[in-house]
Amino acid sequence: MAAVAGGDSDGDSEELVLTPAQLIHSLEQAWLNEKFAPELLESKPEIIECVVEQLDHMEANLKRAKRGDLKVSVHHMEIERIRFVLSSYLRCRLVKIEKFFPHILEKEKSRAEGEPSILSPEEFAFAKEYMANTEAYLKNVALKHMPPNLQKVSLLKSVPKPNLDSFVFLRVLERQENILVEPETDEHREYAINLEEGSQHLIRYRTVAPLVASGAVQLI
Amino acid sequence: MAAERGLELVRELHRAAGGHLPPFRTEEMRQALEEMRALYERNQADVSEAKSGRTDLIFLIRFRHCCLLRNQRCLLAYLYDRLLRIRALRWEYGSVLPNTIQFHMSAEEVEWFNRYKKSLATYMRSVGGEEGLDLTQDIKPPKSLYIEVRCLKDHGEFEIDDGTTILLKKNSQHFLPRWKCEQLIRQGVLEHVLS
Repeated sequence: MAAVAGGDSDGDSEELVLTPAQLIHSLEQAWLNEKFAPELLESKPEIIECVVEQLDHMEANLKRAKRGDLKVSVHHMEIERIRFVLSSYLRCRLVKIEKFFPHILEKEKSRAEGEPSILSPEEFAFAKEYMANTEAYLKNVALKHMPPNLQKVSLLKSVPKPNLDSFVFLRVLERQENILVEPETDEHREYAINLEEGSQHLIRYRTVAPLVASGAVQLI
Repeated sequence: MAAERGLELVRELHRAAGGHLPPFRTEEMRQALEEMRALYERNQADVSEAKSGRTDLIFLIRFRHCCLLRNQRCLLAYLYDRLLRIRALRWEYGSVLPNTIQFHMSAEEVEWFNRYKKSLATYMRSVGGEEGLDLTQDIKPPKSLYIEVRCLKDHGEFEIDDGTTILLKKNSQHFLPRWKCEQLIRQGVLEHVLS
C-alpha cells in the first residue's frame, strides 16, 4: 500500500509521511494514552483524519477484490480491528468530555493563542451543546423553582474534577533526566529520578503529564 | 425540615443499582421545592427581626440556610444522576428507547434525551468521512467476522450486505456478519451463541 501523508491541516507545519503501519501504531498509542490518563488529552485530528482515509481506502480495495479470496477475510478483519480502536478512542474522549465538561470548557476558554487545543472543533461543539442542554434542564426543572438566592449553581464547583493524582503505569520511550517526584509523606523531601528508555514505572499522573503529552512516555 | 424528602430521592437512586431508571418522582420533587420555599420565607421574616435587634435568631437563620443548601444539593444530585442514567440508555439501547423506560422519564428528561441524541448524531456524522462513524457500534474488540446467533423474538425480515434476506423467527439460528448483529444483540432480539 502507498504511504499515507499525515500532518496538521494548517499549511505551515511539516508534513509527516507515515506508513500505514506507523499510522496504526500512532493510533494505538493515542488510544492507550487516552484510556489510562485521568484527564482529557490533546486532540489528534491528523491521526484521526488519516486513519479514516486509510479505512475508506481499504474498504474500496475490498470491494474491488475477487469474492472468496482468502485475503478478503483477513483484510476485512483488519478493517474491523482498526475501526474498533478508532471508535474506542473517540468514545473514551466523549466519556471524559461528558464527565468533566465544565472544567474542559473552562480550560478551553482560558487557552492561550497558539497553544494546542484538547478538543477538536466538533468535540468543542458537542461539549458546548452538552453543557447548554444540561444547564437548561437543571434550571427549568429545579433551579428556577428555588428561592432567589439559590437559583444559580456553579457547575465548576459541583462537577468533580479529574483526579490528576491517580497512579498510572507507563513505559519510557525517550530517556528523561531529573524528573521531580513529590514526596508521599511529610517526612520525605521531593527527589529527582531518571527515567531510562524501555523501563516501566507506576507513578502519579500529575508528575508525568507533560511527558505523556510530548510522547516521551507511553501509558500502559 | 432537614431535607428529608431530598435525601429520600437520593436514596432511591442509590438503591436502584445497575443504571436502572426508576420512575420520576414529580410529587416528591414538588414537595421538596415547597419545603425550600417555606424555609426561605421563614428565614426572610427572621432576618428582618434579627436586623431589628433579635440577634439570637441568627443561628436559626443559618441552620435553615444550611437546610436549603442541602436540599439544593440533594435535588440537583438526583436530577443529574438520572441524566447520567438516561445518557447510558442511548448507548445501550440506541436512539429509540423502549416504552417501559420512556414511561419512567419526565417530559423534560425526554427533551434532554432528544437534544443529547441530536448532538451525538451531529458529532458522529462529523467524524469518519462521508457517512460518519457510528460510535455506538464496535463496543467490544472483534473476535471474528461472522458469529452464530439465535433469534429470541420474531423480528421479521433482515437484509445483509450481499442482498440476501434472512427471516428472523423465534428460536431460529443463523451465521451472520458480526457488525450487522451488534445492534440487535443489544436490543435483545438476537443472542450470541457461544458453543
